[in-house]
Amino acid sequence: MNFPILSSLILLPLVGSLFILFVKSDASTNYQSSKYVAIFTSFANFFISIYLWYLFDNSISDFQFVEEKHWLNGFVNYKVGIDGISILFILLTTFITPLSIISVNNSIKSRLKEFLIAILVMESLMIGVFCSLDLVIFYLFFEGGLIPMFLIIGIWGGERRIYSAFKFFLFTLLGSVLMLVAIITIYWISGTTDVIKLYELGIDWKYQNLLWLAFFSSFAVKTPMWPVHTWLPDAHVEAPTTGSVFLAAILLKLAGYGFIRFSLGLFPVASNFFTPLIYSLSLIAIVFISLVALMQDDMKKLIAYSSVAHMGFVTLGIFTLTQQGIEGSIIQMISHGLVSAALFLCVGVLYDRTHSRLISTYGGIVSIMPKYAVVLMIFTLAAIGLPGTSGFIGEFLILLGTFQKSFIVAAIASLGVIFAAAYMLWLYKRVIFGNLINKELFKISDLNRSEIFILWCLAIPTLFFGFYPDPLINTIEVSIQDLIEMYDLNLTSYLESNQDTLIK
Amino acid sequence: MIENLNFIYPEIFISLSIMFLLLLGVFKKNSSGLIYNLSIIFLIFTLALIFNYPPKSNLYLFNNTYVIDYFSIFMKILTLCSGIFVLVVSSKYLKIFKIFQIEYSILILCSILGMMVMISSYDLIVFYVGLELQSLSLYVLASFNRDQTKSSEAGLKYFVLSALSSGLLLYGCSLIYGFTGSTNFITISENIYSNQVGLTFGIVFILVGLAFKISAVPFHMWAPDVYEGSPTSVTLFFAVVPKVAALAIFIRFLYVPFVNMIDQWQIIIIFLSIASMIFGAVAAIGQKNLKRLVAYSSIGHMGFVLAGLSTGVNEGIQSSIIYISIYLVMNLGLFSCLFMMKRNDTYYESIEDLSGLSKNHPLISLSLLIILFSLAGIPPMAGFFAKFYIFKAVIKESMYFLAITGLLSTVISAFYYLRIIKIIYFDPEKEKYDTDYNIGLKISLSLSTLLILLYFVFPSMLVEIVSRINII
Repeated sequence: MNFPILSSLILLPLVGSLFILFVKSDASTNYQSSKYVAIFTSFANFFISIYLWYLFDNSISDFQFVEEKHWLNGFVNYKVGIDGISILFILLTTFITPLSIISVNNSIKSRLKEFLIAILVMESLMIGVFCSLDLVIFYLFFEGGLIPMFLIIGIWGGERRIYSAFKFFLFTLLGSVLMLVAIITIYWISGTTDVIKLYELGIDWKYQNLLWLAFFSSFAVKTPMWPVHTWLPDAHVEAPTTGSVFLAAILLKLAGYGFIRFSLGLFPVASNFFTPLIYSLSLIAIVFISLVALMQDDMKKLIAYSSVAHMGFVTLGIFTLTQQGIEGSIIQMISHGLVSAALFLCVGVLYDRTHSRLISTYGGIVSIMPKYAVVLMIFTLAAIGLPGTSGFIGEFLILLGTFQKSFIVAAIASLGVIFAAAYMLWLYKRVIFGNLINKELFKISDLNRSEIFILWCLAIPTLFFGFYPDPLINTIEVSIQDLIEMYDLNLTSYLESNQDTLIK
Repeated sequence: MIENLNFIYPEIFISLSIMFLLLLGVFKKNSSGLIYNLSIIFLIFTLALIFNYPPKSNLYLFNNTYVIDYFSIFMKILTLCSGIFVLVVSSKYLKIFKIFQIEYSILILCSILGMMVMISSYDLIVFYVGLELQSLSLYVLASFNRDQTKSSEAGLKYFVLSALSSGLLLYGCSLIYGFTGSTNFITISENIYSNQVGLTFGIVFILVGLAFKISAVPFHMWAPDVYEGSPTSVTLFFAVVPKVAALAIFIRFLYVPFVNMIDQWQIIIIFLSIASMIFGAVAAIGQKNLKRLVAYSSIGHMGFVLAGLSTGVNEGIQSSIIYISIYLVMNLGLFSCLFMMKRNDTYYESIEDLSGLSKNHPLISLSLLIILFSLAGIPPMAGFFAKFYIFKAVIKESMYFLAITGLLSTVISAFYYLRIIKIIYFDPEKEKYDTDYNIGLKISLSLSTLLILLYFVFPSMLVEIVSRINII
């Protein structure tokens, strides 16, 4: 297997965006050719990644499909490869992208060509993040994603888009530059930035805490964790629907992935040391942010806050350092990718028709848009984590993992599930049921064909993985076992050496 | 002695061509176009001469007062290339402002000659002669648009302040001569004994003079006014070319005669670097004029260059050189865009004039977007790698405070670059600009944009070239 399949996954969207740049298409032809190119490349990418999943051997924990190229004087090499943890995120990215491109028909009115280029560039950068095996390459892709997202929010966003775009950019940049210092420091300590080699070498214990904090500053902003989550609601509210979908479904997963791959993998001692911090921040996110979400009157903002709460579960699960906890976190992230994308699309559907995101505008929609009511029901229940949806598997496994470590933490976290039911069901009730008071609503139509297609595309895997999560769990199981073994090994050797010094 | 002349053909050639062009200008009427083109050709020819005579080893000429080594050749090539590009992009601008005169290109040639002497100098007196030759030409160039008050003011301001700094520098030279008994760099380094306070004073005075030339805080006061007042083509020249020469002599001066006194000067350079990075980032936020903004942003960039210099190791010097090379390309691109903002023979240079550029001129806006993100240091643009090398060197020397300051100023400065992008992409459009660009402008813009964008494909090339520079 010498074909560079991962590099082609990264490059294909870029080639597509180049085509779009030079293809002649403007508003007069309704950007037809650009759209075809974008849909074609993103679907091609999706099928390649499915084929990748098929080729992927989930019985070994080593990195597979590794490609290495001499890049920066041997100091940094271009190195990509995947294991069970990354492949699911790549699949999520390639799955969400074509759907979001189909959805632009409804939401983006101007400068569609540039928008499609931005989305495709974004896709290739995100795939790059998930498969890079070198810290510098990872940083390159990680930061590069800021540029297209800044433009997506700023050009196609709502009224306060400029404020949100700046907030998004500067918050994440501030977090990430510290990570850059940490990466360079790691290079000078260990002599390499190659992740596989770093896993073997390990990083000296006395540096781990500071380095962990530097990485944390970047991931915490991206996750986003309380108290640096404030950019997310603003960015979501002002981004166009497709932008929100991308942001919620894929961009938020970068940090969760980063925590698993780098924080746990590279700094086990520090991760152990800072676990209480993560627990408390996650609990605040779960409980406090859920209460905040309860009080929102803007639908998009409500879902944005619910994302923060869900990501709180994810970070909690990751740092339980149990098989169930980490598996749960990954499944929760995949499920959140599907569900939040769908929820933002649902809000987008209403917004395209009435140009209002306020909950108070709506009520009694069920009699006008029955199909819409069904779809929204599925996703509302999935967001709550009802058994039979993928959300349940994730949250259940996370809580299972947490109970092994701490009863109190798990008990408080379980409160979050109840709050989630409260704000989601209340939202559903206010929008879908009740009396039709607003006269404007009589004019709106039910879902059109492309909307039905996109939403059912998201609903089917949500339900399927809810009943049968084995394909997901089988893929990640071995890699996570290996990760936890490595973590425990490092930690015990650290504790032993610490005891020695104490005895002396 | 006389065979030494064999090694300085480029300098001799450029001096002869200056004299030839002057004579030509006197005897031939209306020859400004011809002279302009000829000077570009002569510069290219000089570049070819430099490429043609790569020395096998370091050459010390004229009693060790003049050096030809890999470093000087690299810096001369940078100077000449940017000089050529400056001339290529600015001809139309000069014609419209009716300052397309024979003296313009000859003065640029003169100052480039001065810079080449500076770069190769290995002696305080030779260095000073080169410095003055380039400065005097720059004074005249700054006030070249003499019918405009602003331009004359810029020239005068630059002259007065620069003369003062030259005076300080000369005083520093005399102190050093007094304490070591020589003006030659090698002899000075041999004659340094421990802790001579007078010598430290000498170093400080010379550093002040040099910091003035590269506009590092707190000797930056002239830069915004001069950048704004001078004709844009001269601003471009100011922003890139003299900095290369000043950096070269900065490196030479610190790392040849005074390399053993690093304890004395390192703290000064660190201070200059931190002050410039922070000031450049903060002061640029409120600017409305693009040229002023470039002035402040170049102050910030010089802070990064100095950060590399302050490390005291080869790696740091190399990172500074890489930084300035990438900085050159970014500024050339940025100014090419400025030259394209023309409507009915008027050039626009306020930030507001960029409003909604992306609707009327998508390609220029895309280039500007790439250049601005690169200036802000966002990967995968070239500007990120420039900063990356600096941080790599700085962190290697465990100068974490400097690194963190640099990072914070990166974030702050990202704000004002983003503001320009916001104005280009998010704001309502204005009238279209003229689209009759000449070919030189198109080439320089597309070349610099592509270099910046595709740098990440072959990042080792520049590093490999620069890594052959070993000063210490």
